[in-house]
Amino acid sequence: MDKITSQDQLKELQESIAAKRDPDKTCITICAGTGCLAYGTQKLIDSFQEEIVKRNLQDTVELRTSGCHGFCERGPIVVIFPKKIFYQRVGLDDAPEILEKTIGNGEIIERLLYENPVNGEKLTFEDDVPFYNKQMRLLLAQNPEIDPKSFDDYISNGGYQALAKAIGSMTPESVIQEIIDADLRGRGGGGFPAGWKWDATRKAEGDVKYVICNADEGDPGAYMDRSLLEGNPHSILEGMLIGAFAIGSTEGYIYVRNEYPLAVENTELAIAKAREIGLLGKNIMGSDFNFDIKIVRGGGAFVCGESSALFASIEGRSGEPRAKYVHATDKGLYDKPTTLNNVETWANVPLIIDRGSAWYQSIGTEGSKGTKIFALVGKINNTGLVEVPMGTTLREIIFDIGGGIPDGRTFKAVQTGGPSGGCIPAEHLDTKVDFDELTKLGSMMGSGGMIVMDDRNCMVDVARYFLSFLEEESCGKCTPCREGVHQMRLILDRICAGEGKEGDIDTLEWMGQAIADGSLCALGGSAPSPVLSTIRYFRDEYEAHIRDKKCPAGVCKALITYTINADCTGCRLCVKPCPTQAITGEKKQLHVIDQDKCIQCGACYEVCKDNAVTVA
Amino acid sequence: MENTIKSIIDKYEGDKGFLVPVLQDVQKELNYLPREALDLVSSILEVPISYIFEVATFYKAFSLDPRGRIQMQLCKGTACHVRGVPLIIDHVERELNIKEGETTENLEYTFETVNCLGACALGPIMVVNGEYHGQMNIAKTSRLLKKLAKESEKSEEGKS
Repeated sequence: MDKITSQDQLKELQESIAAKRDPDKTCITICAGTGCLAYGTQKLIDSFQEEIVKRNLQDTVELRTSGCHGFCERGPIVVIFPKKIFYQRVGLDDAPEILEKTIGNGEIIERLLYENPVNGEKLTFEDDVPFYNKQMRLLLAQNPEIDPKSFDDYISNGGYQALAKAIGSMTPESVIQEIIDADLRGRGGGGFPAGWKWDATRKAEGDVKYVICNADEGDPGAYMDRSLLEGNPHSILEGMLIGAFAIGSTEGYIYVRNEYPLAVENTELAIAKAREIGLLGKNIMGSDFNFDIKIVRGGGAFVCGESSALFASIEGRSGEPRAKYVHATDKGLYDKPTTLNNVETWANVPLIIDRGSAWYQSIGTEGSKGTKIFALVGKINNTGLVEVPMGTTLREIIFDIGGGIPDGRTFKAVQTGGPSGGCIPAEHLDTKVDFDELTKLGSMMGSGGMIVMDDRNCMVDVARYFLSFLEEESCGKCTPCREGVHQMRLILDRICAGEGKEGDIDTLEWMGQAIADGSLCALGGSAPSPVLSTIRYFRDEYEAHIRDKKCPAGVCKALITYTINADCTGCRLCVKPCPTQAITGEKKQLHVIDQDKCIQCGACYEVCKDNAVTVA
Repeated sequence: MENTIKSIIDKYEGDKGFLVPVLQDVQKELNYLPREALDLVSSILEVPISYIFEVATFYKAFSLDPRGRIQMQLCKGTACHVRGVPLIIDHVERELNIKEGETTENLEYTFETVNCLGACALGPIMVVNGEYHGQMNIAKTSRLLKKLAKESEKSEEGKS
């Protein structure tokens, strides 16, 4: 393929690809995101490939492996275009049946349809599924429709048109103005206006300027950046190209977690293709704009998501943050002016340039524009990626889209903002989610992780979990963070072990404040949030641990006992899994747990089908 | 070993800035970062060994100790945590008689936890030598460990 040297040539290429494609052709799309591949989907893909050849369907049926569709709970997912017939939880050997019945005879396979949990109705088409039709998918829209390894797919969906528009008919200043007018705020959690950052970097003095995409998505329970990067890598490249054009940058980096091999692979492919076609390199689209991108893999340190630590890591040093009185826009990577934005922020850029800031401004709330992708995970029926306009309530996200809490249990809290965020209780479910509202509740929107918890989750344990996470991930530079978080975790360990003392809660509160005040970067600055927010909303649970030596949720091992109640049918299912042989009883007779032997591992609770094991 | 390390460093044109990727590639080749390899990186890249140790011990992805033939990684992300991962950690530690992050003496098993694999729908997730095992619980972990033990016995027999 020749290099693209003008806007017209790109248009021609798009038209020539489109002309070869028949929009009404049957296309079997299989989700090949990390989540679905973990279900073993590769086997299904291989089997479809074989069967299509065997049945001589190559000319009439297209097979596409796409990026993440977002409805991870229901994987493996197969969508048959153009009607968008939606098959979920597809078996790895279901390919022959789908080809035979649905493709061959136009028959719908009932078993593979999604059942609406509200009324039991079987839904045939993707557009009817509540998980999808209650979302507003702008950034994720293309994920199911393109193969991330195919440049043609991206181009035929209007790819790189926004870049062509920026280079062809806009000035760098007007591009920046468009982003400022759109009020695009950083999706990594900080919420800083991207346009201002770009403007400052453009105006900063320096011969070399850098553009960086932060794909070091470290918040446990958040994976939207991975899905964007691995599912639609060209859209991120396009965003970075537009940014580089506006800022006057010639070099870019994508810093991506080493735990995301598929994202690395797809992005490497996309970069190679963009270079080949002249969209990266010298004189892009016939202009005097030069830009290229390198990928750097992270080393598994959470703190490297912090901008100055990330720069250190790219420079080959250990990732310690530095003070921010000198902005990255003046002195960032290698002390040169640098703009760093997160994956999702970059993904918004082509949309804004393409459709205009006025359109973008019409979505969202007063202070937060556009959509936000949330990773809805934990104790939730529909685990997956949810993209909604800013200002959607927690209740809509968790119950209308997420389908509520599984196993008939009750909602207790939702943890937002990752380790820097906090837990929000049921009384605030009607809060509109945006940058400002969640902060008022003592949490934050962060990068968009939403971990739902039910009545079987202990809030003290959750706080302890985040503290041990942060203790491990603290780079160790600031004493309050390095030592303080450790000491707070020791207090929580004691509380969970039933050795809590009066005054512990007060100590945690003032220590939390001191750590927040005395740390250099956001990791330490927000490290106490999970503790402070759980104390704020679940003080009674802390008090139950300290005063009554009880864990109301039945999680903290030292404070609970497992017993077998009268519902026991004597099925003996629990006897074998018990690692300490603590359970005895005759067949069809009530069983008993020997408390001296019991190590509270929970194996019996897990296997019991009669709810006969009680935790208290 | 020298040639392996030279060719890795050549790939990055001997640029000291690429120390982290160089170490990643060395570890990929050698399974861990032996002292000998670090010394070679130090002399070829002309970077002090103390500096290499700083970087190699800062990032979690690096291991200075040999790792087992069977590498088990249990996801410890928040979603997996609330679905009962701590109980599974205890269980694996008890069964293999090692703590998280350790390797068994016979170099058969390494048991590590990772922060989040981002496949939360399948949580709790255990990855064994790159293969994903989803929705783990104690019973499934027991079965998996038994299966691995059997396979490892077989491979021992095959060797002798």
